[in-house]
Order: sequence, then C-alpha cells, then structure tokens
Amino acid sequence: MKRKLLTGGVLGAVLVVVMASPALAQEELAPASQFVLDNLWIFIAGVLVYFMQAGFALVEAGLTRSKNVSNIMMKNLMDMSAGVLAFALVGFGIAFGGGELLGGWFGFDIGIAGVEQTTGDGLLPSTFFFFQAAFAATAATIVSGAMAERTKFRSYFVYSFFITALIYPVVLRWTWGGGWLAQLEFPFSDFAGSTIVHATGGWAAMMGAIILGPRLGRYGKDGRPRAIPGHSIPFVVLGVMILFIGWFGFNPGSELAANVFVMQIALKTLLAATAGSVAAMILNWSLDGKPDVSIAANGLLAGLVAITAPVGAVETWAAPVIGAIGGLIVVFSVRLFDRLKVDDPVGAISVHAVAGTFGTLSIALFARYDDAFLGRENAGLFYGGGLDQLGTQLLFVIVHFIFVTTTAGALFLAIRATLGLRVSEEEELIGLDVMEHGSPGYGHDPGIPGTSSVGAESSDRLARS
Amino acid sequence: MLQLVTAVIQPRRLETVKDALKDAGVAGMTVTEARGFGRQGGHTETYRGAEYEVEFVPKVKIEILCGDEDADRIADAIVSAARSGEIGDGKIWVAPVSRAIRIRTGEVGTEAV
Repeated sequence: MKRKLLTGGVLGAVLVVVMASPALAQEELAPASQFVLDNLWIFIAGVLVYFMQAGFALVEAGLTRSKNVSNIMMKNLMDMSAGVLAFALVGFGIAFGGGELLGGWFGFDIGIAGVEQTTGDGLLPSTFFFFQAAFAATAATIVSGAMAERTKFRSYFVYSFFITALIYPVVLRWTWGGGWLAQLEFPFSDFAGSTIVHATGGWAAMMGAIILGPRLGRYGKDGRPRAIPGHSIPFVVLGVMILFIGWFGFNPGSELAANVFVMQIALKTLLAATAGSVAAMILNWSLDGKPDVSIAANGLLAGLVAITAPVGAVETWAAPVIGAIGGLIVVFSVRLFDRLKVDDPVGAISVHAVAGTFGTLSIALFARYDDAFLGRENAGLFYGGGLDQLGTQLLFVIVHFIFVTTTAGALFLAIRATLGLRVSEEEELIGLDVMEHGSPGYGHDPGIPGTSSVGAESSDRLARS
Repeated sequence: MLQLVTAVIQPRRLETVKDALKDAGVAGMTVTEARGFGRQGGHTETYRGAEYEVEFVPKVKIEILCGDEDADRIADAIVSAARSGEIGDGKIWVAPVSRAIRIRTGEVGTEAV
C-alpha cells in the first residue's frame, strides 16, 4: 500500500506522488482514468466521513437529556463549520505546509497551497484538503459528547476553532505531514488515524471533562456514580450505524487512491466493528445481567477506532481480534472513568482515546504487511519483527498523549479563566436549550410526551442532594 | 351528592380497568399519566455500568365522577380489574364533591355526570 506521505518540502510537489505499486500486477489503467478515479473515490470517501458528523450528533443527542438536545446539535453543527474554516485558514498549512522548522516538529503555510489546480496525477490539492478537513472535523467533534450538558456554548465554539487551527494540525505535521515521527529509523504507523484523529479528540475530551467536573447529580453523597440515562436510544443506535457507514470512507479512503487495497481495508474494518460490538455486549451482559444497548453501540465504535490504525498492516484474521479487544476495553474503560469521576456521558474518552491507543499499539504485535508507513514487512512481534516497532508506537502514543493533554488542558483552563467554561447551576438544571439558545429542542407541547415538566423535580432534587 | 373516585394503578392494567368500568356502566373517565412512589419505593436499574434509582415509578391515574350509590361498585370494579397481587398495584380513594357542572349545558349535580 502506497500511502502518499507528505515529507515536507513544497506541498504541490509532494501531493502528486506517483502511485505505481509493485503489488499491482493487474493491467494498468490509462493515467488519465486513474487520476479521475483516485480523485473521485477520495471525494466520495470524504463525503462519507462528513456524514459521520450526523452520526456523532445523533449518538451524543441520544445519550444526553432532552433538555440539552438543541445544544448538543448546535455544538456538532459548529465544531464542523468552525473547524473546517479554521483548518482551511491555519490548520492545513501547519499540517502539510512547507518551511519545515526544528527538524520536522513544526512548519507553516497560509491557507491551502495549490487549491485551484485541476490537472496532474494523484490527488489534487483540493481533493486532499476536502478529505483532510473531514478528518479535522472528526477530531474536533469527539469532544462535544464528553463535555455535554454543562458547557457554555460560546466557550465550546472557541475551543472548536483552536483544536482544528492549532492542536490537531501539529499532530498531523509530526505524522502524516512527514514530520519527525515519520523520519524515525522505524517510522510510526497509524493508517487512518486511531491516534492521530481519534485519540486527539479523545484526550482533549478527557481534559475537557476533567476541567469541567461532573454533571450535577452524577455522583451521590456517598461518591458513587449514579447513571443519568440518555433520552433516545434509537438516536444512539441510528447514529452509530451512520458512523459505521461513514467509516467505510474513513478507513478505505485513507488509502488515498482508487486501488485494489481499498476493498481489503473495507473488509477488515467491517470485521473489527462487528466483533467489537458483540464482544462489548457479551462482557457487559455478564457483568450487569442485562445487555446494555448503548454499551454495545460503543463497542461497535471501539472496534472501528481500534482497527483504524492497524487496518493496512494486519492480516484479515487479526481484524476481528483487534476489534473485539477494543470492544472489551471500552466496557472496562467506561467504568474506570466513571469511578475516577470523569463524567463522559457518551463514552468518548473510552471509545476514541483508549481504544484508539490500543489500536495504535496493536500494530507492534500484529503487523504483517507494509502499510507504507512501516517501510517493511513482518514488523509485528508475532511475525518475528521484535520490539523495534513497539518502541516507536509507544513513543508515538506517549508523546501524543502529553502534547494533546497539555495543549488542550491549557486551552480549556484559559477559556475557563476568561469566558468561563461551565454554565450556572440554575442553567444546568433548567437545560441548556432554553438558556443558551432560546428555545427547547422539542417544543413545549403538552401533547408530546417528554416535554412536560413532570420528573424535572426529580433531577432537581437529585442535583441538590 | 357526588363522589370522586380516584385510582392510581399500574399502566399495564389500564385496558382491563377501562373494560371493567365500561361493563359497570361508567359513562366517562379521565386518565392521567402519573409518576410516584408508595410503600414499594422505587427500584434500581443499570445504565452503562452504573446504577440509578427509578424513584418515581410510572403510574396511571384514573378519575371518575359518580353518584353516591355507584361509588363503592366502581371502586370494587377497579380493585378486581387492577389487582395482580404484586407490590405496586396502586391505591383507590373516594372523596365527596361539593359541586359539578357540565360546561356545554350548564347542568349541575348528578345531571352533569
């Protein structure tokens, strides 16, 4: 698999890396046809990744209360909209621009170089930006769920600008941008972004949830976690299924070309997702006596996030194994963060950061093929590759963890000190829809169940106890 | 004299109770979705690995306006239709009503029922 790594230098030049692959023993298409196919497929894959925004919005809306549904929808709308603009203005140039500084740690270009170009071979800068911006929006939107039901909207809006303008692009620069992690003797591997995209959002989500503190009523006087059930499980499952569909743009699209490997990646993605869902359901069922729907849904996502990094490097049989482990991890991780009083209503930290980190490390064990990052075959421990790749993958996830938690933590603390991060207690009890946005998500209609105030007293009392 | 029969029952028993009351000749009733707890307290469920208490259990509240002579019969019909023998079957109470008016016609008292 010839992933087109951008190794610094002029953006336009590196974007047109020829994709002749020795593995392609099939008849070569005319270059013009291949050029159109590559760009068309990556455009379609990008559309699928943008569709994931709908999935995130529904999952997060479903796992929170109806009094905050407009607010969570608005956050999803705006972290995409503000995020794409911030990425176009600043982020993309930091990630892929020329002018390498400090040995591959930083660099910068204004805007999107070569975006008007319409000829060439390989991916056009416009195609590449379209696809990369979808990933930036994904990294940004992961955070909204973990900070749901208690964050000031304007503060969240400011956050979404900075993560796509500054934090995520630096991670990109170090990795897919060809920076220092790509220049190691044993380069990092993260095919479609378990760490680069998902754990960036996931660790930022963790910092947000920690700095905000838990929702009112989330922990009893005795300090034990008390569940606050979400208001729509159908939203959750529909959202997860949309994410599942979108992931067939996320992973197979990350091949960055229309070639024979796309279907291999799709198949491994499919097997990991389904294994994650089944594994999470069975484990949770055995622990609690009932199969929790939203945990099974989280398990599907954990399987997807886990396979996102190793999907190019592993054999097909390993995909459901990695996905299933991802699903198991998420069940324990959700409980762990609960006990640590990190209130994450949707499980974003567990799904995106924890399962993502596992997926990134799994390459060190399971890597069989050269995914164009590794630069060699049989890099995994199970294939006689030794511990070299484990060293790189560990360095990668640790440096990434430190960078994201430090920068996202500083960002949230700075916002807290200036704009304020959390809504007032009164506003949290009444709901963010009316207080932040002026109207309830479902309207005040006595004919519609769930819009009456019966039961509001119970959460009020819960909160004050 | 009029009486107001109020019953708080299990939601799943509503259909049976309605049929029994129709058989008993009741001409009208008001039904409200309600929540509350009695001696049974609430109960505990799990959600995403954490427990939560359902403190206010969903119930259905039925109100029937009737003449003095019908109140006991109606209450008995509800008891036999709503009873499962399990905890949480609900409660019935009967209270005197000082005045009742049919809005459309202005009829009062038993005429209004």
